[in-house]
Amino acid sequence: MSDLCQYKSTEALRSGGSCYVKSCASQQERTNMFPKGTKRKFSDAGDEATDEHPASVKMASSYNLQRQSLLDMSLIKLQLCHMLVEPNLCRSVLIANTVRQIQEEMTQDGSWQIMTEALNASQSPADRLVATEILCRPSARDQDEEAKPFSVISYESCHSEEVVVDDTLCSVSPETPSTYMPGSLGVGPCWEEEDPKETSEEDEDDDEDCGLRSEEDEERLEEDSKTTEQVFGTFEIKNPVPSPDPALEELFSDVDASYYDLDTMLTGMQSTPKMGPYDLLESLSSHGPSSISSNSSCRPDLNELDHIMEIIVGS
Amino acid sequence: MGEDADTQNINHSFLRDYVTEADVITTAEFSQTGDLLATGDKGGRVVIFQREPESKTESCGQGEYNVYSTFQSHEPDFDYLKSLEIEEKINKIRWIPQHNAARFLLSTNDKTIKLWRVSERDKRPEGYNLKDEGGKVKDPSTVTSLQVPVLKSTDLMVEVSPRRVFANGHTYHVNSISINSDCETYLSADDLRINLWHLGITDRSFNIVDIKPANMEELTEVITAAEFHPQHCNLFIYSSSKGTLRLCDMRASALCDQHSKLFEEPADPGNRSFFSEIVSSVSDVRFSHSGHYLLTRDYLTVKVWDLNMERGPIQTYQVHDYLRSKLCSLYENDCIFDKFECSWNSTDSVIMTGAYNNFFRMFDRETGRDVTLVASRESGKARAVLKTRRVRAGGKRRKDHVTVDSLDFTKKILHTAWHPTDNIIAIAAANNLYIFQDKATSGMHRD
Repeated sequence: MSDLCQYKSTEALRSGGSCYVKSCASQQERTNMFPKGTKRKFSDAGDEATDEHPASVKMASSYNLQRQSLLDMSLIKLQLCHMLVEPNLCRSVLIANTVRQIQEEMTQDGSWQIMTEALNASQSPADRLVATEILCRPSARDQDEEAKPFSVISYESCHSEEVVVDDTLCSVSPETPSTYMPGSLGVGPCWEEEDPKETSEEDEDDDEDCGLRSEEDEERLEEDSKTTEQVFGTFEIKNPVPSPDPALEELFSDVDASYYDLDTMLTGMQSTPKMGPYDLLESLSSHGPSSISSNSSCRPDLNELDHIMEIIVGS
Repeated sequence: MGEDADTQNINHSFLRDYVTEADVITTAEFSQTGDLLATGDKGGRVVIFQREPESKTESCGQGEYNVYSTFQSHEPDFDYLKSLEIEEKINKIRWIPQHNAARFLLSTNDKTIKLWRVSERDKRPEGYNLKDEGGKVKDPSTVTSLQVPVLKSTDLMVEVSPRRVFANGHTYHVNSISINSDCETYLSADDLRINLWHLGITDRSFNIVDIKPANMEELTEVITAAEFHPQHCNLFIYSSSKGTLRLCDMRASALCDQHSKLFEEPADPGNRSFFSEIVSSVSDVRFSHSGHYLLTRDYLTVKVWDLNMERGPIQTYQVHDYLRSKLCSLYENDCIFDKFECSWNSTDSVIMTGAYNNFFRMFDRETGRDVTLVASRESGKARAVLKTRRVRAGGKRRKDHVTVDSLDFTKKILHTAWHPTDNIIAIAAANNLYIFQDKATSGMHRD
């Protein structure tokens, strides 16, 4: 916090003017975060990346910090939503585009890699911080690159729920009610799972995270995607709504679940969502390990799963 | 118009006493003749105001708007499939051009469009032979003579009844409806699709635009507004979140995914920031009355486009450029996503749009002058003259000047309407509706 404050009066801030820093500061106060350790790494990374002139080094780090703040703010916006009503698609699209833009820029100047490494290193279950997995799909050009999950620190909302990263990604058992890392799920805003028949590879932990999102797994590997880099966001919830009974899945399989992702994505963070009929599903399904359920013929590819696990665990 | 031209005479303002969220006005629309003004609110209600006929005894001879009818248009609903509520908030109201004594309007919430019939009853028949005055059936044997029932005047009753419900046409939130000039069809637009309906048919609609990508993860652009051309029944325009406008011709193909014209202003590469795209998102698009021009509103500007020139607007007006340095704060508090509407005056020479702090702005296209006015309780007194305001970026406080930092971003004028023929405007500020009329002798010309 203090690091950021020192930039307040001295720097010409590239995006948004001086109010940006103030707003970032207040954002931080509200959301109770910005781990100092990570921030120093940012600064260091920024310093290393830029030339030696102290003023421009400061400027660059300041810009990086701002950009990072904007990214985090955007991710929070995508996560938090009015749980009762369908969120505004236009707003979600605009925020997601902003996230993509930041991510592209950060990838270009190499700070994306640095950031995710730093965050991976700083994660621990004891951390009060919430970590959000972000999976970047490399562009078509980088086909050789594997899909890497990145994690970015995100902030808890005023919600009292604490979301904790569970290292044992795949398994969710009744003994560990705090969630797992959903890993490679879905696109940031996850507005819709359009074609459930597409195979989804990185299925590992799927449903638990966005409990209500029963059928879709947004995961797509790069070979599926025709697009350039996509940013995925996933959300963990402390007491996840368990995935519904596969039998019920079948029941609803041909239903157009257009907003399921949006729904679960953006409402999953809230505790005991007042999701009327879905409570029924909750009570019916067990609290057991996530059943890889989707209304398609998708089944997790365990090889992919292992691979992702490896990357996340950092082996 | 000018800073010294405090020439707006407020005839009347309607201040609702309630401050509940449900009373926040979400749309306002004059009928084609301007004698009726319909407003919708967050609680799903529609309130129709009627202009009183001009009284010769009044000094300024202008009719006031009084409440004509109030009805509940939409109720809160629940989508059981997605476990989400469907708000009853009225997103748009559009009047159907009048054909007979009854009036018709379309009102829509996020999912369902309804056609309402508004009619008056001020006479009732009296003098039945077989029924007595109380309505009880008479014993036929007591009837000794015949009479012809006569229509007698009664107090005016306004009856509103739903005639059509156009449901299940939209997966996403409906943001616009527009009646075609043929008066038989209308379009409804949601975030990704535009449907064409016939006013008489509720179980079918044609999808004429679909921008939903096969892979939803590739979604980067949504439809933000749509409108039919005022004269050409085959043309309509729709705007997107990326700041583009697409003119489509329904004669070209059944599915108008291919635009006939694409209006887009090239982005200024020197001015790019992370917020460039968001502030370029068009929140409202309106054809001019003449049908030759388009008016669009994005976050910071209003732009006038010539239908014949696609490469850029012919005029750009800064609504509140002082916010450009505050975009990050506005992004944080979500204000950057506010959707402001815009309006033309009857002669297409003045455009109007709302802003923050209960300010609204008018731009005279001919003289290039602009004015900032405020809709507030002070200006709400009858016959009070609107004061103009100026916003300063900083510095010492000055009379009639407001600093940017003191702007109240919770007080936003999103919805405005301009009378089709006269200089009367309706301004919705939260749960208050202000109706301002122009003095006949003011600088704003009446035609």
